[in-house]
Amino acid sequence: MNFDELFGHLGQHTVDGLAKGSIYALVALGYTLVYGVLKLINFAHSEVFMVGTFAVLGTWSMLGATDNPGFGLMLVFLVAGLVGGALASGATAVAVERIAYKRLREMNAPPLIFLITAIGLSLVLSEAFGLWQGRLIVGMPTILPQEVLFTIGNTGVTNTQLLTVVAALVMMFALDQFINRTRYGRGVRAVAQNPDTAALMGVNKDRVIMLIFLLGGLLAGAAALLYAIRYGNTRFNVGFLLGLKAFTAAVLGGIGNLRGALLGGLLLGVVEVYAATLTSSNWEDVAAFVVLVVVLLFRPTGLLGESLGRARA
Amino acid sequence: MTEVTRNNPLDRIRDLTGGVGSRFRALPKWQRYAAFLAFVVFLYYLPLLGIPGLVWLRTDSIDGGNNWAGVLFTCAIYVLIAIGLNVVIGLAGLLDLGYVGFFAVGAYSVALFGSRQSPVVAALQNRFNLSEDWAVTWAVCIPIALAIAMISGVLLGWPTLRLRGDYLAIVTLGFGEIIRIVVRNSPSWSGGPSGVAAIPGPQGAPSPDNTVFGLIDVKPWYWLALTVVLLVVFGVRRLENSRVGRAWLAVREDEDAAAVMGVYPFKFKLWAFAIGAALGGLSGFLFASRGGFIEPEQFNAQLSILFVAMVVVGGSGNMAGVALGAFLLAYLPERFRDFNEWRFLVFGLALVLVMLLRPQGLIPSRRRARELKDRQEEVAPGV
Repeated sequence: MNFDELFGHLGQHTVDGLAKGSIYALVALGYTLVYGVLKLINFAHSEVFMVGTFAVLGTWSMLGATDNPGFGLMLVFLVAGLVGGALASGATAVAVERIAYKRLREMNAPPLIFLITAIGLSLVLSEAFGLWQGRLIVGMPTILPQEVLFTIGNTGVTNTQLLTVVAALVMMFALDQFINRTRYGRGVRAVAQNPDTAALMGVNKDRVIMLIFLLGGLLAGAAALLYAIRYGNTRFNVGFLLGLKAFTAAVLGGIGNLRGALLGGLLLGVVEVYAATLTSSNWEDVAAFVVLVVVLLFRPTGLLGESLGRARA
Repeated sequence: MTEVTRNNPLDRIRDLTGGVGSRFRALPKWQRYAAFLAFVVFLYYLPLLGIPGLVWLRTDSIDGGNNWAGVLFTCAIYVLIAIGLNVVIGLAGLLDLGYVGFFAVGAYSVALFGSRQSPVVAALQNRFNLSEDWAVTWAVCIPIALAIAMISGVLLGWPTLRLRGDYLAIVTLGFGEIIRIVVRNSPSWSGGPSGVAAIPGPQGAPSPDNTVFGLIDVKPWYWLALTVVLLVVFGVRRLENSRVGRAWLAVREDEDAAAVMGVYPFKFKLWAFAIGAALGGLSGFLFASRGGFIEPEQFNAQLSILFVAMVVVGGSGNMAGVALGAFLLAYLPERFRDFNEWRFLVFGLALVLVMLLRPQGLIPSRRRARELKDRQEEVAPGV
């Protein structure tokens, strides 16, 4: 237990954790949105994220991205990567809904069946990429080289960390406003509260469900871009562990609760970095899992409680 | 309402095999027993398979060696797993995505207590001044493995079984990974990433002197595993038709209603979990004894999903179904080894297609199929 290291550089580890957690939070939003409306764990969401990382890579190599481009080109690559990743992930998420869930919803199948179909589909997606792109880690060009922007005390904040956290907060805020203030958002909240009544009030349930899958996919695509910037590589099974963590984050904050997903993601990132500092990075996955079990034991509805529209309907 | 769903031509696939089962059940009892007995004899005869016309079943032509019995052994192990997991998923309705964890616990129990090369045995030798050759006997390892697997099932189930079903799935998925990571990260007691070798069989540590349960001839291993499977099938069948089995069905179909009728859901879920864990441990035990060597990477999460696929594709809740599912998912990849790369893709596709076209599985349990049908008719047309 390396307490000296943890407390000596507490700020640094916290910043690292927040940056890590931001990516979890963005993916967690996808789980939370779908769960809030359909009461269903979209197990295939992790592969939606994985498709996003490959789409970012594809976009960059199509544009001929290289390491350390100038500032102007960097912006172009970032925007193109965001668009490419978000579009690919969004399309994948909607396709997952159409192929795997629509028919089951019509059959009123029990939740277990949804979960198993989703597992099958995520296996298909990751294996398809494994066969297509190979099973090794695929490197990406370093679009945004890490450098320390400013330091507070002994805590240095790098540009990628700042970008990751700010991007996550901005997207989170935008989504929150969208759900709480717009017409479409009202539809989403209505279906989350009571699908049948919402349908009677003229909400197109099918379209709302497609919308939430699309939103979740877009956010996963954005997370994929941030992941690509931060880690600079991807792999056919990159989604599995990240998806598990993101789901943990969603549960931690209270699944179905958008702000909870953000809180849970950031918290999980920080806990993991602390645990890795205290022991070794081999144990960070164990820490994430232990946190999940402990939270579920004492607060089964998560830190902020489950709600999508229920709390402030 | 039924009219609405029947319009879809895909729906006909769902009712494809419905008639065979009821016709079999209509036969007189002695005929059913005779058929079953003949089937068992056929299973024991399988490794010697020389029936003209059935030889294409064997995988030797692809392997170029004499590994047909080895394939059958793997199938038997998987069938054992499927039966254990069926108790959890099919009977009690709990989705366990970390079953490989119990498989690993069973395998590591025999490895750590039975192998002379394991750190645990070395520590025991030091502590009690035992000779260098000492290790726990194979037969004594069986109850140890069962007990440890069962305890780990209870330990995992105690905090998590109170959760809603879909949380349980994720927590168990995590558990399967954790077991692997913990074992990999703790070389001081588990051998770490390099694994444990010299795991004993019924005749002791692997050596060229072992005449029956040796390394080369797998047939006795297959017969051993098959015997275990048959005993377990018998035991689980008795359990299914007992008070416990009925309680499981009640809890699966409606937990609240079951609680009102005096069935304490948590207790029976925990039992299902513990029994499932013990059976998973038992198959891990056989797997490790036969292989003689295990390492943490053999117990990955994909294996867990493969196990779930066996149960679901075969028809959860029905033992014949899950056994068929396990056999197919163990046998087909061996038979079509040339397409090994594709196998998880095909598993995934099979899961999706089976769930969409025949959610009750290949050989469904009658009760389960009825449940699905009921739900389907509850939904209003056009939703």
